[in-house]
Amino acid sequence: MSSSALVPQVPSGGFNFSNYQRNVSLCASGFPAPKTTKTGTTIVGCIFGSREDIGVCLGADTRATSGNIVADKNCEKIHRIAERIYCCGAGTAADTEFTTKKIESQLELLKLNLGREVPVVVANRLIKQLLFRHQGHISAALVLGGVDNNGAHIYCIYPHGSTDRLPYATMGSGSLAAMSVFEGGWKDNMTEAEATKLVRDAIAAGITNDLGSGSNVDINIIRKNLPKPVIMRNMEIIGVKGERMGDYTYPKGTTKVLKTEVIPIKVEDEVVERMDTDQD
Amino acid sequence: MSILAYNGGAVVGMKGNGCVAIASDKRFGIQLQTIGLDFDKIFEVGPKIYMGIPGLATDTQTVNQRMKFRTNLYELKENRPVSPKVLSAMISNLLYEHRFGPYFVEPIVVGLDGNNEPYISTFDSIGCVSEPEDFVAAGTCDDQLFGMCEALWKPNMNPDELFEAVSQALVNACDRDAISGWGAKVYVIEKDKVTIRNLRTRMD
Amino acid sequence: MALSMMESNNRLIYNDAGQGPVQHQFSPYTDNGGSIVAIGGPGFAIIASDTRLTSGFAIYTREQGKLHSLTNAAVLGASGCWCDVLSLTRLIQARMKLYKHEHQKDMSAAALAQMLSTMLYGRRFFPYYVSNVIAGLDEEGNGVVYSYDPVGHCDKNMYHAGGSSGALLQPLLDSQIGLKNMAIKPTAPLTVEKALQITKDVFTSAAERDIKCGDGVIIRIITKDGIREETFKLRFD
Repeated sequence: MSSSALVPQVPSGGFNFSNYQRNVSLCASGFPAPKTTKTGTTIVGCIFGSREDIGVCLGADTRATSGNIVADKNCEKIHRIAERIYCCGAGTAADTEFTTKKIESQLELLKLNLGREVPVVVANRLIKQLLFRHQGHISAALVLGGVDNNGAHIYCIYPHGSTDRLPYATMGSGSLAAMSVFEGGWKDNMTEAEATKLVRDAIAAGITNDLGSGSNVDINIIRKNLPKPVIMRNMEIIGVKGERMGDYTYPKGTTKVLKTEVIPIKVEDEVVERMDTDQD
Repeated sequence: MSILAYNGGAVVGMKGNGCVAIASDKRFGIQLQTIGLDFDKIFEVGPKIYMGIPGLATDTQTVNQRMKFRTNLYELKENRPVSPKVLSAMISNLLYEHRFGPYFVEPIVVGLDGNNEPYISTFDSIGCVSEPEDFVAAGTCDDQLFGMCEALWKPNMNPDELFEAVSQALVNACDRDAISGWGAKVYVIEKDKVTIRNLRTRMD
Repeated sequence: MALSMMESNNRLIYNDAGQGPVQHQFSPYTDNGGSIVAIGGPGFAIIASDTRLTSGFAIYTREQGKLHSLTNAAVLGASGCWCDVLSLTRLIQARMKLYKHEHQKDMSAAALAQMLSTMLYGRRFFPYYVSNVIAGLDEEGNGVVYSYDPVGHCDKNMYHAGGSSGALLQPLLDSQIGLKNMAIKPTAPLTVEKALQITKDVFTSAAERDIKCGDGVIIRIITKDGIREETFKLRFD
């Protein structure tokens, strides 16, 4: 984009540190930075099946917290990376969201350049290099899962950039509750139904026993012999919203109003113009 | 005390049936000392889109101005008005750009989209979006607002019910917070009009 | 459960070479959560607490009520550091026995309220980390609520919400029981049924948003005929 010297440039990308010094000095004078939204989280992934019938099952809860308060009761923690690669995120919610978005776009460009489906190792490598470059300051703890020509893969990625390749993995504050279910029930060559049940139980264990996790179970199933993943958003509602017994509707005129102003919105004319899309 | 609570203030937004509401208090203070009683924290972005920015007052205004710049540029480039969803994405990107030196604000977007469907969203200070189906609350008395809204909100409220619910939630929440209050302003957005009401509140 | 060695702010400190020694501090308190709501009305008092006991992100138990019946006309609700709650309530029981043997009668709600204030202030510089609420009946048989800070400041109200969800619950009680900020006010006096319904609904609301509040509610209704108990389920995630 071209611009004159008078107009401030729209940032071209990357992080902006213009407030950094100010914030450090505020922090030093006794005003700490605020809490950010965390995904307290239980996230899990496991491999099922074998050879050509292999696949991965990813699961997550849907609670986001800010301190002791639930910030979002039904957030999405399973992010799309590519058509057959998905990634569950725990840690600082904004970091998991933006990291996965960034990798998703990089992988899409890579796919268009290469002209073939990008393998899961590449996604893993790109994420770990991004996280390592930022030395753990991007607090994203991820469970990456997907299928490619080499089979099905689950990777555990830690905020500092280290990774594990595992048959089954759990992350987040509910990881211990979920892992105890996995350690008790996981076996080789499970069917899809068995794997789904196991993942559901693992997430449910996190939701009920960990205060940072709650609400619903989200599950994604990606199979090698299927072109598209099966996305089961809110496949089970575990934390059911409580029913109010009374009605708290206030009668009209309860609140005392000092001054009222009404701005009418009038649509005078709607014109649809053809755009010349050939222009640069 | 967190820097988010340096100036005080709170904003709440709620969905109704074919309408949305956003409300904020009007206090501007420096810690416990009240300086002003007409500090706007809600800004018009389009005829049916409003943005509430509670937090550090200097950042409230800076973020509003930066968003004004970006939305103006968007409208010039794209030759169409911003939708609430687009505005949310732009705020999210602005805040996450400053991931390692954030603006100390927790914005809220409310509005009606192209089909006059209600839309609300909320952000943390580094741009994590959430788009709930009921209500959003942010500011120094967000705990109190959450407690109020959880009881008062119900689906498919008409504009009058929505106004009472959002006003009572805000006023009662602010009364239990030392650094919010001193007047309140409520916007109820419908497909053919926006009603702005100034409320009578305790002035202590 | 309170005796744990914690580093400041619970943050992990990496002891790299050159960073100097790390100081470990003894932290005598933990926050075990718990919320309490008390409402007083004509001829009755209601006090309720949730039944979840927590530590950090873990649940210790789902069935620990935080109500302690003191006399036939007074119930104490106490939450915060659970070990402090236990020793404080034992001490109260002991001093109530002493009072009874000396004066040949049960302590009144007002006497209990004053005693608790004195006991809390007695530990001014190593306080019991407890949020206390006493609900009871006064001499006329009407409901009263006394609420405290950890070092013994005492407030007499008609309603109070305390503990981890105090901030969420209090404005709702202001609106529904205190009838604050209303131009048109309902005129009917507060009944037990209405107070009970509001109590249940405020807890349902708090359980939605406060991660430490959940599992169940235990409610005690104090009238001149004695104390009646009710329970109520909340979401458990």
